[in-house]
Amino acid sequence: MYYLYFIMKNLGRKKVRTILTCLSIVIAFLLFGMLRTLGSAFDQGAELAGEDRLVTINRITLIQPLPYNYLAKVKTLDGVAIATQANWFGGYFQEQKNQFPQFAIEAEDYFSIYADMYALPEEQMKSWKSNRIGVVIGKALVDKYKWKIGDRVPLIGMFPQQDGKTTWEFEVSGIYEAKTKGADTSTMLMHYSYFDEARQFGKGTLGWMVIKVKDKNQSESVAKQVDALFVNSPAETKTSSEKDFTKSFAKQFADIGFITSIILAAVFFTMLLVAGNTMAQSFRERIPELAVLKTLGFSDATVMWLVLGEAIFLSVVGGVIGLLFAQIIVTGAAESLAATLPGLMMTSQVLLQGVLLIVIFGIVTGAIPAIQGLRLQIVTALRRR
Amino acid sequence: MSAQAIADSAIGSTLVELKSISKHYPKGKEKVNVLNELNLTINRGDFLALMGPSGSGKTTLLNLLGGLDKPSSGELKIGSARLDQMSNSQLTRWRAQNVGFIFQFYNLMPVLTAEKNVELPLLLTNLSSAQRKKHVAAALSLVGLSERADHYPNELSGGQEQRVAIARALVSDPQILLCDEPTGDLDRTTADEILTLLQTLNQQQGKTIVMVTHDPRAADHAKTILNMDKGRLV
Repeated sequence: MYYLYFIMKNLGRKKVRTILTCLSIVIAFLLFGMLRTLGSAFDQGAELAGEDRLVTINRITLIQPLPYNYLAKVKTLDGVAIATQANWFGGYFQEQKNQFPQFAIEAEDYFSIYADMYALPEEQMKSWKSNRIGVVIGKALVDKYKWKIGDRVPLIGMFPQQDGKTTWEFEVSGIYEAKTKGADTSTMLMHYSYFDEARQFGKGTLGWMVIKVKDKNQSESVAKQVDALFVNSPAETKTSSEKDFTKSFAKQFADIGFITSIILAAVFFTMLLVAGNTMAQSFRERIPELAVLKTLGFSDATVMWLVLGEAIFLSVVGGVIGLLFAQIIVTGAAESLAATLPGLMMTSQVLLQGVLLIVIFGIVTGAIPAIQGLRLQIVTALRRR
Repeated sequence: MSAQAIADSAIGSTLVELKSISKHYPKGKEKVNVLNELNLTINRGDFLALMGPSGSGKTTLLNLLGGLDKPSSGELKIGSARLDQMSNSQLTRWRAQNVGFIFQFYNLMPVLTAEKNVELPLLLTNLSSAQRKKHVAAALSLVGLSERADHYPNELSGGQEQRVAIARALVSDPQILLCDEPTGDLDRTTADEILTLLQTLNQQQGKTIVMVTHDPRAADHAKTILNMDKGRLV
């Protein structure tokens, strides 16, 4: 306890300098907590992706559709347990800023294939299936738009209807919930049959297929079989695991992980220089005092740990406050961003990385003065007084 | 207590023995001799003043006696310990148990109160926190500063700071007190108070004291005065 007291007292001798250094560490760890959380939120989809699910898209690009009859052919393959399809609706509610994902799907198969992630009460499923313009929505949409079952929801879609209207009328038939923490509940699901029948163009096509394989060890082989079915056809396919698909989809926006890593590297490099310089300066000012400690009988190692302890203590205080602020900000932002960035939460992995970084940061910033403290020659140091 | 320790503790018995001690430092290609073939014996309970001009080797000798430095050659024995044969870590442990240092500029930790400064050497012992507090209180009482225990060095006068430094040197009950110009930074009245305190410690507590000083009036408080010049006793 005495040593901790001594370390704190030493840090308190130049309060302004210590507070400013600590603040810079707070900012560094605040950025770390927020950016890593952002990065992991983008990766969340890939993390939650089922190992036994494949996604098939048009080989050219995701936005090129595939003929609907591909689905029936895929279902005939031996390794396929369930296959379903989805279409991008691309609409918004009232104003363009109110965008969220909407997929036209086939109710039973879609919820079967994602049974591990989402749940829709039986009676709501029944009611939805019997309602041609019915949609089911996730909890994030309920929270954001306060919609409830029975509400009429008009959406302006990118597909015009046969009469040229772009406004589509839907009715909320059910609310699905996530069974897995972090699973996206910001999507509206509508009947493909209604969508395909009512749209003006693109009839008889699908956006992408989702395939559940019987044996996850056979995923790669099934993917090859699917693509082989349509080789040399006008719409060749590209099948990949759901994880790979989600990752490459996220990278279409930007490689968030890479960008955040670059920013954090720059921030931490600068902070290392700032904090390292402060620790070195603090050490230089106290060389005679450290020499006195050695004179009194404190070992070289004890003096080294006292110096290093200051750097680690400063890093722990700044780091913990920074991560705490990041957690508060992320929690606050998570609610308002639930519809656009589901799964925005500081994971235990980010927290663990943060704690590890705090220790490393402290050791690195204190290493040089600590080694100098270890090697300090009493007689030479006392002459400096 | 062993027979040797009992013998060692007898007042008047030899505590410090230097035989042909030399100390030289390299300076570029040359060798600077600071101490030359020095022989010296200091008895237990002695109060020795070392005088001499700057560069005569007084502080170097004090550093050797305190285990802060090692001789280049010769035999240096304090009590039963051969300091010239010890490693640096052995010297560190030996210092903690056997020597109390008093510096010209007090060298207190400015961020610690008088009480905490005095407690520092006791951190190297196995004493409990309560036992340490007891020892600290006794040491501060001995130097007449009990009521200043909670004061920081910058709240004390020079004389009081030096008293705290003396309490810190005494608290672990060392065999020998080494003082490097202990009154060099004090006015005459305060210096006399400090020297009287050292005298009292020597006479009443039986502490062996070696004091380096330029001041003949300070040296007058010692039982023995030795003069040094060019690394030799004259």
